[in-house]
Amino acid sequence: MTPTDLTIAQARDLLAKGEISSMELVEAHIDAMESNRELNAYITETPEKALAMAQDSDARRAKGEGNGLLEGIPVAIKDLFCTADTLTTAGSHILDGFKPFYESTVTTNMWREGAVMLGKTNLDEFAMGSSNLTSYHGPAINPWKARGDNRSRVPGGSSGGSASAVAGRLALGATGTDTGGSIRQPAAFTGTVGIKPTYGRCSRWGIVAFASSLDQAGPMTRSVRDAAIMLRAMAGHDPKDSTSADVAVPDFEAGLDKGVKGMTIGIPKEYRSDAMAPEIEALWQQGIKWLEEQGARTVEISLPHTKYALPAYYIVAPAEASSNLSRYDGVKYGLRVEADDLLSMYEKTRAAGFGDEVKRRILIGTYVLSAGYYDAYYLKAQKVRTRIAEDFRHVFGHVDAILTPATPSAAFPVDEPPSDPVEMYLLDTFTVPVNLAGLPGMVVPAGLSGAGLPLGLQVIGKAFDEETVLRVGRAIEQAADFDGRPEGY
Amino acid sequence: MSFDKTTIARISRLARIATTEAEQERLAGELGGILAWVEQLDEVDVEGVAPMTSVVEMNLKAREDVVSDGANAEGILKNAPRSAHGFFVVPKVVE
Repeated sequence: MTPTDLTIAQARDLLAKGEISSMELVEAHIDAMESNRELNAYITETPEKALAMAQDSDARRAKGEGNGLLEGIPVAIKDLFCTADTLTTAGSHILDGFKPFYESTVTTNMWREGAVMLGKTNLDEFAMGSSNLTSYHGPAINPWKARGDNRSRVPGGSSGGSASAVAGRLALGATGTDTGGSIRQPAAFTGTVGIKPTYGRCSRWGIVAFASSLDQAGPMTRSVRDAAIMLRAMAGHDPKDSTSADVAVPDFEAGLDKGVKGMTIGIPKEYRSDAMAPEIEALWQQGIKWLEEQGARTVEISLPHTKYALPAYYIVAPAEASSNLSRYDGVKYGLRVEADDLLSMYEKTRAAGFGDEVKRRILIGTYVLSAGYYDAYYLKAQKVRTRIAEDFRHVFGHVDAILTPATPSAAFPVDEPPSDPVEMYLLDTFTVPVNLAGLPGMVVPAGLSGAGLPLGLQVIGKAFDEETVLRVGRAIEQAADFDGRPEGY
Repeated sequence: MSFDKTTIARISRLARIATTEAEQERLAGELGGILAWVEQLDEVDVEGVAPMTSVVEMNLKAREDVVSDGANAEGILKNAPRSAHGFFVVPKVVE
């Protein structure tokens, strides 16, 4: 097996047995990155850093040290995580040339566990998008193509570069962040596994902020086991993020194969609509059957406020974004457009530095927070959010996990995106409620569409119960027996 | 909710983003469409419902009121487009 084809778990075991070195793994990945630049998965490749980190890892191992969870494993980092002395762009023009002098907590945790950085992956600008089309650095491309159709497709977003890198064998795993579906939707579009953990599970410190009450980091991998391994390495309490939860991080991998026998899985009726594509409905039914065959009981549940999740999200997220993005003003870092007075300098810098989608969201956020409108929009949305969280709390009194489709459709062509902003927002229909309620959600590849493109199922769990989510995900993975290999990669 | 160019001009000034008249025209349509769509929230009964303030139930931790970081002017200024003598440089703001 070629080194780029290994799972993290397989690479870890081969490294432990001395049958492969971190250097060999990294060199194979650097070659793959160089020969697959058409995917535009990376904004910045860091081969020299990767080789140095691999050398250190192999040296640690030779001394009998180096027993980190990701020791010697080459990974990609979404370019939203600040990495010390390495360009960090957030996919935006406005952060041109920004090299932080600090390292995000999540990446610090991963390096402490021995991981090796291959580079920084492409994303929608400031993580605002579901297609990767809003990146200043051009769109990342999905390694998957539809049968008999040579058009390039989007990998989803915002963590599209991470998804492309993992699906295209350009990294064994990658970090993502998820504010409304930005890990799970690209995972579904690329046939990879992605988990957004419970809000507070991973520190947000050093991650470029989009919407602080919704943002969470998580892993993107080619197997559920790899997601369990990587999540454990990323997670943990951090005094530098006051919303990071001071709860123990379990060994997520340990309980992975306990199965779903005896579990009760909720099937929310509000996620079904007449507009749902027949193949998505069929996949969902298949998922229900797989879990039942493995001994789970499924019950219909009601989450009555589901349809209000997206509109509530499109108030809360832009409001928080408009506040968070006020820091980009041409003074402290990144782009600056000179002008005679300070106000014009701010206005020209921000006009030149932000793309259309980011501007739209900042302006919506500014409007809904402005005098006279705060109660009607922001406060109202936060009340609706309470209702949505109550819906979930209510059903989790009697179910262990919830199963839903991941996306309303498979990946679309790069040159045929939804034309209207709202239509694009609807791609996150099934993922957004989970962020509003702060719950863990995972997408697992479950099959191919009629056109031969990957489709995923989503498992939603109780707060801080990623273990159950992973167990259910593992059960689906085993039943689906998904061959996650795009042709040519 | 319909938006006009004047409203867009006002909020783009608040947001410190320069917009041309053509952009204001386009944004009025787009933002109007988005806000018309979010108005379905009015259907939800939120009488007596508290707005969400904490995503996951937990108490914010207090920490000792001591300096835990800082004294790194060089690092902080490293990325500044313009700096001098340990300060950020901006266009003149006082006549």
